[in-house]
Amino acid sequence: MNIIVCIKQVPDTTKVKIDPETNTLVREGVESIINPFDIYALEEAIRLKEKIGGNVTVLTMGPPQAAEVLREAIAMGADDVYLLSDKAFAGADTLATSYTLSKGIEKVGQFDLIICGKQTMDGDTAQVGPEIAQKLGIPVVTYVSKIEDIENGQIKLKRMVEDGYEVIETETPLLMTVIKEINEPRVPSLRGIMKAKKIEIPIWDASDIGAEGEKIGLSGSPTQVVRIFAPEVSKEGEILEGEPTEIAEKLILKLKKGKVI
Amino acid sequence: MSIKIDLSKCTGCKLCVKACIYSAIDVVEKKAYINNNCTLCGACVSACKYEAISISKKKKTAFDEGDYEGVWVFAEQKQGKLAGVASELLGEGRRLADELGVKLSAILLGEKINGLGKELIFYGADKVYIVDSPILKDRLDETHADVLVQLIREHKPEIFLAGATSFGRSLIPRVAATLETGLTADCTGLAIDKENKFLLQTRPAFGGNIMATIICPNKRPQMATVRPKVMKRAQRDDTRSGEIIEETILNPISSRVKLLGFIEELSDKVNLEEAEIIVAGGRGLGKADNFKLIHEMASILGAAVGASRAAVDAEWISYAHQVGQTGKTVCPKLYIACGISGAVQHLAGMQTSDYIVAINKDPDAPIFDVANYGIVGDLFEIIPVITTKLKEINGG
Repeated sequence: MNIIVCIKQVPDTTKVKIDPETNTLVREGVESIINPFDIYALEEAIRLKEKIGGNVTVLTMGPPQAAEVLREAIAMGADDVYLLSDKAFAGADTLATSYTLSKGIEKVGQFDLIICGKQTMDGDTAQVGPEIAQKLGIPVVTYVSKIEDIENGQIKLKRMVEDGYEVIETETPLLMTVIKEINEPRVPSLRGIMKAKKIEIPIWDASDIGAEGEKIGLSGSPTQVVRIFAPEVSKEGEILEGEPTEIAEKLILKLKKGKVI
Repeated sequence: MSIKIDLSKCTGCKLCVKACIYSAIDVVEKKAYINNNCTLCGACVSACKYEAISISKKKKTAFDEGDYEGVWVFAEQKQGKLAGVASELLGEGRRLADELGVKLSAILLGEKINGLGKELIFYGADKVYIVDSPILKDRLDETHADVLVQLIREHKPEIFLAGATSFGRSLIPRVAATLETGLTADCTGLAIDKENKFLLQTRPAFGGNIMATIICPNKRPQMATVRPKVMKRAQRDDTRSGEIIEETILNPISSRVKLLGFIEELSDKVNLEEAEIIVAGGRGLGKADNFKLIHEMASILGAAVGASRAAVDAEWISYAHQVGQTGKTVCPKLYIACGISGAVQHLAGMQTSDYIVAINKDPDAPIFDVANYGIVGDLFEIIPVITTKLKEINGG
């Protein structure tokens, strides 16, 4: 079984802070990490390979430094990795990103399954997975929490929705996006880490993957960011004080007044 | 297609360096330079006080703007029942359509759903396009995307909105990618740009640390998914009238994905996205057993039970209850956070709630920064008293 995993290097948004004076992001101390959801995608791919055999290929699109996340993928147990990197890829929105990744996937060639994380932690759009599937003309199942069964190109999955889980049956080739519940990712082995250090990461640019210039990067992106600003944080909070009974009464009164309860 | 720094305007103040999350700007001898890490995200352009940075983009219009007219909303339904977000989208869509002076249409897809058409008109639609077909019985991306693409190509709306639900966030990207147009995810604010009538789509990014306003100037329709429960519901008006148009789809495709069944989350009410009130517990509860305090208060309030990542990771409660960036994004009328410190990722999932109440023993917990009402103290003392008081009110 040939499995492709798409991953992304993201700034560790949990460490991002807003400078209250300038209203801008403070990036000091913010490191780049592998998008946390992508680790579940990688783990699931490696588990499938261990169970039924096959090959795990990992792709990422990003600046040269994004090679780091591919090393992590190797350390976890991926077989092949490719970095899609070209100045012309910069400024891509989800449409241009999914086009670029789909061209990279076509260049890799044969695949049965593509696995992505449910969304990235910087963009939070959850759009690139379904958009890649459309570009490749294959079905997509999002928010997968469990692969129940996979045999002879037939696959049974569980996906999480608002009020429960859907049980899905479909066929390969397929793209799925996975949620945290699907597995518990392994810690890379020492041997994996050593291998990752030594490996040379192949880089593909726009011409390597045969991407049309009009469809990549900024020019291939229909959306444009026109303004970035800090969210309003101060809710003018009020601290309720007193004995527990007093506090409870105050709170209920306030919520009643606000017609919240 | 590039980013430029006007060195005559640059003062070397480094505001842009601070704003850049990709370490893509270096300041050498008091002038800023862009390096290879740049993703053209535009954060520095907004940050620069001296208007020294600009991103240029070739102007191209691939469509005749006049061809595209009207606001469409996707009226999501499940088994003949409209999703809550449908009336919110109609409320918001109505406002946008009136501002543009165009018609508001609702798109309703499914099987045996004709009865819902009138409802959508009562909630503000001028027109309802219905496709009623056995092919659309289950909510599957491929069949629904195919129908939506055909309808959009035929009728050419300028704006298309859908709910940022698990269905909408899966289905709509497929539609947008087929039409090769822009799609903005999980918007919390929409407006019309007075000057050129563009849809201004505002959404949180970077885990809610920043807000970004996004436009789609050169492609139509301008598409967005909208976070449920953020927009105000349309007022229902049974006297409204409108047009119901039944569409038939030629050569419908069949789905390669099949829905075999549905497993309801049995433990209790976990439809967090639809809940009006959520009572959530975190690390401060100490152990699984103590979640009963949360369940008790929730049942009195008719609320859903939420949890922080810490509580889920400790296996005190199932993942379906997790609120935050790695779990669910919620926007209830009231969110009561008990023993939750308020890590950025948790706040990203709940800070757009109307009212937030925080109970925590640490007065410095970040949850108090977003709380309307904060209670500093021992939750084991406070929660039972609140629950008892609420019971008294309900009883009498």
